[in-house]
Amino acid sequence: MIEFSGTRFSYGQDTILSDLNLSITPGSFHFLTGPSGAGKTTFLKLCYMALTPTGGGLTVFGKEAAMLTRDDIARFRRKIGVMHQNCQFLDHLSVEDNIALPLRVQDKFTESRATDLADLMDWVGLSHRAAALPPELSGGERQRAALARAVMISPDVIIADEPTGNLDWDMAQRVLTLLVELNRMGKAVLIATHDLNIIRSVKGQVNARVLRLKSGQLQLAGSDL
Amino acid sequence: MSRFLRLLRGHPAAEQIVPRAGFTAWLTGLTAFAMAALAVCALAATFAAGRLADRWSSELARSSTVQVLAPAEEVDRQVTAALAALRTTPGIVSARALDMAEQEALLAPWIGTGLPLDALPVPRLIVIEETVEGPDAAALALRLTAEAPGAQYDDHTRWRRPMIAAADRLRLISGAALALILFATAAMVTLASRAALAANARVITTLRLVGAEDRFIAGAFTRRFTLRALIGAGLGAAGAALAFLFVPDVGAEGAFVTGLAPQGQEWLALAGVPLIAAITAYIATARAAKRALNTIEEA
Ligand SMILES: Nc1ncnc2c1ncn2[C@@H]1O[C@H](COP(=O)(O)OP(=O)(O)O)[C@@H](O)[C@H]1O
Ligand SMILES: [Mg+2]
Repeated sequence: MIEFSGTRFSYGQDTILSDLNLSITPGSFHFLTGPSGAGKTTFLKLCYMALTPTGGGLTVFGKEAAMLTRDDIARFRRKIGVMHQNCQFLDHLSVEDNIALPLRVQDKFTESRATDLADLMDWVGLSHRAAALPPELSGGERQRAALARAVMISPDVIIADEPTGNLDWDMAQRVLTLLVELNRMGKAVLIATHDLNIIRSVKGQVNARVLRLKSGQLQLAGSDL
Repeated sequence: MSRFLRLLRGHPAAEQIVPRAGFTAWLTGLTAFAMAALAVCALAATFAAGRLADRWSSELARSSTVQVLAPAEEVDRQVTAALAALRTTPGIVSARALDMAEQEALLAPWIGTGLPLDALPVPRLIVIEETVEGPDAAALALRLTAEAPGAQYDDHTRWRRPMIAAADRLRLISGAALALILFATAAMVTLASRAALAANARVITTLRLVGAEDRFIAGAFTRRFTLRALIGAGLGAAGAALAFLFVPDVGAEGAFVTGLAPQGQEWLALAGVPLIAAITAYIATARAAKRALNTIEEA
């Protein structure tokens, strides 16, 4: 679904990513690791088309990323659920409305989807916070709300940028469990994290590939984990 | 136009997605209110000027008068002579002397009734209907002096023409005022919507991240501004129209002083003011949104 081939990216003169090769296929599970500043967020932004490669190829759902119009990108994003590093909520809308937002912008929020929404809120354990405003949420609640919003559209791919960032261990496990559950439902999952313990904790539950970003290159990590 | 109507019907999803607060929406409403009130005044002036010009050109265009002022024993003879002369002058369709009763009626508003007109040196009036070209004024005056020395040809075109020109000019000025009002409204709404779009850059970025197309984002803003303009202009136009309702009716006695208040179908035209304000706001905001969507950076 997302295909990197010799992909490069640089901010002006700063080359962040060079010669990436990776294919994200249906049902796959990838971890992306690397120290802070390695370019994980940049890599994910290429996946959800917030950035376009400055060289090499990148195809998203069969289309060359560089050729996409803004509206193409908007439509492709409806197949990719993203948990952003900073969550990106609209602070004037309730948590529930924020989670429904991806459907609202498609004008697809119907009665039946309202029950889906309630189920989803329940699944992430936020039913009691439905009417709260995003700034009132705790870190863990924000991450779970972000996850709920990412899956509201039943995406083919779920991308999570440091989904366990500010969470304590138990909460982090809860969010990870939700992501593993989604993968079992057949969704491709791509998680960027600098926390190796997180990766170790799910190793047994899921067949995940672990990629490491080092000097702008992707390496397959394995035995050392 | 169908897009415009669909917009007004609403996009329930877009409704509350743009933050409600902000001076920009109020500024738009207030601008629309003031501009619509001004537009109604300008329109009323245009209509009134049009009515004046029409009236002067149609009622007076083909009529003129001859006054015969002569000693009592002379006057009847001179009236007859003048009539005879007039009826043989090219450019004159008919000429008729007003009888005493008609003259009395004509003078009543000025000097009251019950005065014996025959005791006063009141001139006798001959009403003339002219062809479109009319008679040669100078030749006619000369001929009348010869046939009836007391007769004086009163050519209405002398003062009618500049008045029609003035009325036309007034209409032009009101039209220019309307154009300026439209322009100012468009400029104001453009500024207000640009400010709103800039202030909501983060909202726009977030909407894009969850898959909103440009049309949806632009629609959320255009709907808000169009509705504000429609409501503001509706109130402004209604307020101004209400004020015109209370302009005293000068009625038929007012002769040439036509009321400034709109009449008949003209009231309907006033209803177009809020609609035009809304369309202006729609176009201005849609353009501003297009511009903003092209400049706001990706996440
Ligand atoms: N908008 C930007 N402009 C210039 N440099 C940037 C920008 N965003 C990130 N960077 C740089 O790119 C590098 C990679 O950043 P990022 O992808 O956020 O890393 P990570 O997510 O792995 O911490 C960092 O050195 C960062 O300073
Ligand atoms: Mg990052």
